[in-house]
Amino acid sequence: MRGSQATAKPGRRSFWQEINRCKALYLLMLPSLVLFLIFTYVPMYGVIIAFKDFTPSEGIMGSAWAGLKYFRQYFNSYQFWPTIKNTIVISLYTVAVTFPLPVVLALMCHQMKAKRFKKFFQVSTYLPHFISTVVMCGMIILFLSPSSGVIAKILSLVGIKLPNLMGMPKAFPSIYVWTEAWQHVGWDSILYIATLSAVDPTLYEAATIDGASKWHRMIHIDIPALAPTAIIMFILRMGNIMSVGFEKVYLLQNTLNNSSSEIISTYVYKMGLISNQYSLSSAIGLFNNLINLTLLLLVNWLSKKMSDTSLI
Amino acid sequence: MTDTKTVPGRRKIKKTAADQIFDIILYAIAAIITVIVLYPMYFIVIASFSDPALVSNGEIILLPRGVNFKAYAQLAGYAKLWVGYKNTIFYVIVGTIVTLIVNIPAAYSLSRKDLYGKKPLTIFYLIPMFFTGGLIPTYLLVTSLNLDDTFRVMVIPFSVVTYYIIVARTFFSNSIPEDLWEAAQMDGCGYLGFFFRMVLPVSKAIIAVIALWAAVGQWNSYFNALIYLRSPELQPLQIILRNILISNQTISAMTTGAAAVEAKQMADLIKYAVIVVSSAPIMCMYPFVQKYFNQGVMLGSLKG
Repeated sequence: MRGSQATAKPGRRSFWQEINRCKALYLLMLPSLVLFLIFTYVPMYGVIIAFKDFTPSEGIMGSAWAGLKYFRQYFNSYQFWPTIKNTIVISLYTVAVTFPLPVVLALMCHQMKAKRFKKFFQVSTYLPHFISTVVMCGMIILFLSPSSGVIAKILSLVGIKLPNLMGMPKAFPSIYVWTEAWQHVGWDSILYIATLSAVDPTLYEAATIDGASKWHRMIHIDIPALAPTAIIMFILRMGNIMSVGFEKVYLLQNTLNNSSSEIISTYVYKMGLISNQYSLSSAIGLFNNLINLTLLLLVNWLSKKMSDTSLI
Repeated sequence: MTDTKTVPGRRKIKKTAADQIFDIILYAIAAIITVIVLYPMYFIVIASFSDPALVSNGEIILLPRGVNFKAYAQLAGYAKLWVGYKNTIFYVIVGTIVTLIVNIPAAYSLSRKDLYGKKPLTIFYLIPMFFTGGLIPTYLLVTSLNLDDTFRVMVIPFSVVTYYIIVARTFFSNSIPEDLWEAAQMDGCGYLGFFFRMVLPVSKAIIAVIALWAAVGQWNSYFNALIYLRSPELQPLQIILRNILISNQTISAMTTGAAAVEAKQMADLIKYAVIVVSSAPIMCMYPFVQKYFNQGVMLGSLKG
C-alpha cells in the first residue's frame, strides 16, 4: 500500500495511518519481538565468527577474517566422518523405530473393546514421557550395569551373562533408540488414536456385515484412515534428520562408547565450550544448520507436491 | 489382562474363530507391552526402600525386601538436592509466567487478519525455526550481556517459542469469531480492551496447554543450566540429579575394598531414591492435567 493510493482510493490508508491503527497490536507483540531480535537474530549475525579468527578480546567486529579456514579444518579432521555418520545412524535408526511403533500402538488401542484395560494400557504407556532426560539416562545406566543392574540379574537367572553394553560402541545406537521408544511411543500414539476415533463407525458395521474379520477391518479401514496423518508426520521427521537431541546423547556418552556416540551437536559443544575453539565450533554448527535447512526445504517441497501440506 | 470375552452389552457381534485368535494375540501383546513399560518404574520404587545388599545381589525382583528408608533419610539431609528443588520450582513458576506473557499476546496479534504487516511479521517469527545462530554465538551474546550465572538466564532469553505462537495463533483464529470483534468495536472497544476482556477469558484452554508445555520443559531442562550457570546456589534440580546419577558413575567404579562395595551399594540405593523423589511430583500431577496435554497434542497437530 503506497501513500499515493490513499488519496486515490478512499478505502485505503497511508502507511502511517495503518501503523497508527494497529499500534495496540504491535504493543502486544513488543516483548516477543524485542526478545527474539536480541536473543535469536543477534546470534545469527554472530555466526560470522565462523569465518573469522575469533578471540574474545578483539570481539566479533575486531577479529580478523579467516575465510573458510575453520570449515576446512573440520572437513579434514579425523572427527568429520564419525560425527556425521553417528548423527545420521542414530537419527535414521530413531525414525525407523519410533515412527511406526506409535501407529502400531494406536491400532492396537483402537481394537481393544475392554474399556478398563484400554484405559490402563494407555495411561501406562504415556507415563514414561514425563521422566526427565537426566533421570532417564540415570535409569539406563543403572539398569544396564553388568554388575548390579536388574537386567543382568534377570538374565543371569536364565544363564545369560549381560555384557557391559554402555561400554560397547556397537550397542550405543540401539540403547539410545529403544529407550527413546520405551519413553515416547505411548505419548506419540495419542495423535493417531484421536485420528482413529474420528473414523465413521458405520464403516465397521458395513464391513462386519460383509464378513470382514477384525484383522481385515484393521488392514482395510484403520490403516488407510491413518495414512495421511502418518505421511505428514513422517515427512516432518525426515526434515530433522541431522538434528539429534544433544542432551540424551551427551549424558549417555563415555570414553568407551565415544566412537559411536560422538554426534555433531556434542562435538560442537565440546569444541566450543570445553576447548574454547569458538570459531571452529561455530563453523561446525553452521555447517550442520545449513544441511538441516536444505533438508527442510527439500522435504517441504516434497510434501507440497505430495500432500498439499507444507510448513511454509 | 482383563478379558478377552465379547463386547460387553452394547452391540451383539458374532465372534468368529479368527476374531477370537486376533483378540487373544492383541491382549497378550498389550499385556507384555504394559509389563515392559511399567516394570522399570516399579522396580525403581521397590528398590529404593529395600536392603541395598539384596538389591545389589539381584534378590529384589518382584517384591521389596529388608524394607528401610535409609536412602530417603540420607536424601532428606542432602541440602543441595533441596536447593535444586527450590530453584527448579522458582524457574518453573517464573519461566511459565514469562512464556505466557511473551507468547500469548503475540499469537493474538498475529491471528488478526487486519494486522498491518502480518506477512513480514509472521516470517520474522518463523525464520528461527529454520535457521539459528547456533550455540557459540548465542553463548557469546548471553555472556556479553552479563546474563550468565544469574537466574534471569533461565527464564528470559529463550522464552519466545515460535511453536507456541503458531499453536496459539491457530487457536485464536479458529475460535474467536470476527463478529465478536465487530460488536466490541461498536461499543468503542479497542484491540487491547478486546484482548484482555474478551479474548483471554475464553482462551483458558490454550493458556493451560501452553503453560503446561512451558512448565514441563522448564522442569526437565538442564542444557541452559549446564552452559550458563556456575554458582551452586542457582543450580536447578536436573543438574543436581545429573551429578548424583551420572557423574557419580565413573567415581564409584574406581573404588575397591569391602567398605567401598557397601558404599557403592548405598550409592545405587540413593540413585533409586532420588529418581523417585524427583519424578513422583510430575507423575502424580499427570492424571489431573492429562486432559490438557491431550488437547495440546491435538492443537499442535493443526496446521497454521
